[in-house]
Amino acid sequence: MTVNTTVDTLRFATAGSVDDGKSTLVGRLLHDSKSVLADQLEAVERASASRGQEGPDLALLTDGLRAEREQGITIDVAYRYFATAKRRFILADTPGHVQYTRNMVTGASTAELTIILVDARNGVVEQTRRHAAIAALLRVPHVVLAVNKMDLVGYEEKEFQRIVEDFAGDAAELGLPSFTPIPVSALVGDNVVDRSTSMDWYEGPALLEFLENVPVGVEATDAPARFPVQYVIRDGEVRHYAGQLVSGALRVGDRVTVHPSGETSEITGIDVLGTPAEVAYAPQSIGVRLADQRDVSRGDMITAGVDVPALTRDVRAAVCHLADRPLRVGDRVLVRHTTRTVKAIVQELGGAAELGANDLGRVVLRTAEPLALDDYAVSRRTGAFILIDPADGATLTAGMVEL
Amino acid sequence: MSATPTERTFALSHLDALESEAVHIFREVAGEFERPVILFSGGKDSIVMLHLALKAFAPVAIPFSLLHVDTGHNFPEVLDYRDRTVARHGLRLHVASVQDYIDRGVLRERPDGTRNPLQTLPLTEKIQSEKFDAVFGGGRRDEEKARAKERVFSLRDEFSQWDPRRQRPELWNLYNGRHAPGEHVRVFPLSNWTELDVWQYIARERIELPEIYYAHQREVFRRGGMWLTAGEWGGPKGAETVEKRQVRYRTVGDMSCTGAVDSDADTIEKVIAEIAASRLTERGATRADDKMSEAAMEDRKREGYF
Repeated sequence: MTVNTTVDTLRFATAGSVDDGKSTLVGRLLHDSKSVLADQLEAVERASASRGQEGPDLALLTDGLRAEREQGITIDVAYRYFATAKRRFILADTPGHVQYTRNMVTGASTAELTIILVDARNGVVEQTRRHAAIAALLRVPHVVLAVNKMDLVGYEEKEFQRIVEDFAGDAAELGLPSFTPIPVSALVGDNVVDRSTSMDWYEGPALLEFLENVPVGVEATDAPARFPVQYVIRDGEVRHYAGQLVSGALRVGDRVTVHPSGETSEITGIDVLGTPAEVAYAPQSIGVRLADQRDVSRGDMITAGVDVPALTRDVRAAVCHLADRPLRVGDRVLVRHTTRTVKAIVQELGGAAELGANDLGRVVLRTAEPLALDDYAVSRRTGAFILIDPADGATLTAGMVEL
Repeated sequence: MSATPTERTFALSHLDALESEAVHIFREVAGEFERPVILFSGGKDSIVMLHLALKAFAPVAIPFSLLHVDTGHNFPEVLDYRDRTVARHGLRLHVASVQDYIDRGVLRERPDGTRNPLQTLPLTEKIQSEKFDAVFGGGRRDEEKARAKERVFSLRDEFSQWDPRRQRPELWNLYNGRHAPGEHVRVFPLSNWTELDVWQYIARERIELPEIYYAHQREVFRRGGMWLTAGEWGGPKGAETVEKRQVRYRTVGDMSCTGAVDSDADTIEKVIAEIAASRLTERGATRADDKMSEAAMEDRKREGYF
């Protein structure tokens, strides 16, 4: 491992089931990039031996909970951390079956890349289409189609091409802009970290090579400035509006608008964690001072420039329902959007009477107070919300705003 | 800030990104909860947490108090560090004492002498009696496989229990802190940090640590494949012999189950180089309590451990 403090980070997610060899792929990625340390490997070898397996079962590296080990399945999102000389990686390892759609959605929500795994023997199946739909819905910027178990189809190029073409059809239909197909064998190690010697016909990068080089983590400084206020720091008479700049840039002297009040003011000072600054960029956590003593508080959104969010009490969104209890037309819920929480009523569910756990659908909400919204396609931060059950605080539904 | 914008784009270095994320978490808690508290052991992770909290609310004081779960088997250097830190920043410190519980007969000493599992009850009762509603812990997902499944905001019932199958989905950075009276939320601002990130950040920010994190001469004895500090808590016993070695601590916990590692890393640069080259995880190298079973940490977490 190399010590490098200026490297960037790729957050990525994997979707696939045990049968596709997902845990083995992740284990292989960790193992071959030398991210598994001796005591972890020793623990896996011990556990594999006690289960009567011959070699170390790399899936045991990621299945952390007792129930997962007992049942040989992945239940929950597990986060893994590893680094190469080029980049640091945060992997959200998610289970792939339909009943775990909510976990995939959770993993995809913060991912900049997702790996969709298919078994070369089975090709594109219903589950694959579901994973592609989630990647499209959550607007994950990069998608890798990893065609696994190539060793079991004789490393045949035509088998690979058939699956890629099949998937391309679905991807276009689902609105997935592009994807990168890679033929791999997680079990043997082909094209995971090292390029395969069994597939001369494939000229693209190995999976890790691709992960190391895909462009990420760069914020456009000319994006519309969005600054949800988290907390007001009162220093005597001075108020610092504390928060994380979620897109664009703010400068001292900028004219700003506070939503939803619509009041305007001017930035007189910016602090980046105790250090004064002339300008701040997303995703810095900052404090902002305004020229006038305004009644600004948690839940307000400060914006600069002509491109302002839509202020509305009627919210239309694509949703994934997460909770076991259904979401019904007429339900009273709380909407959590950036730092703001407001009451709302479910008006429509895209023609359905209710949504069950793991259902994807559409919702129309009527909120008690206006929200400052961006389309999710424009901003994954100011276009996202969750619905909360006001009775017990449970997280019910993930929403992606469609203006 | 170490990152510089080009004409059209901006990217934060990974330490700046982790710092910004942690500060965001601290401010969310300040905005959503009534009585938050930071678990502060004097270990490096809790020290980094406090440093981040101080930056998050500068120039004013942090709106949280500190809570130390005192096993009674403390390294004197760490206790001294704790008290100096509290005084320097004018903080309020709560202490939940395992020794008190043993003296009152509520908890009994274990045969192996370790007090790590005994911390859960004093911690839980202190959270209840002080009505803390958010409890910051320094746990990191890279530490251990059960922790890899932990949320940033983790809801606990009135017994502090963690149920991994009933965790709330956590999407984007929308943290749901709603809880019923008597329940509380454990909050982990360092969730996405690795051990190396913590050390690089300590170096960058020039954060002072208790001296036992750096190589020094110490009287130790061998038990369960680890070097333990000789002391009143119950070692050495029987055939175990004390010897003087050049060691340092990678983690700081209860003296009875936290092992030192052989090391000549007496500066932060050497520590970072040592960790980057290490073939053992920090818990694997230094924690006897995690070796008990495949699911030792999961079981302790379910009962309300950090």
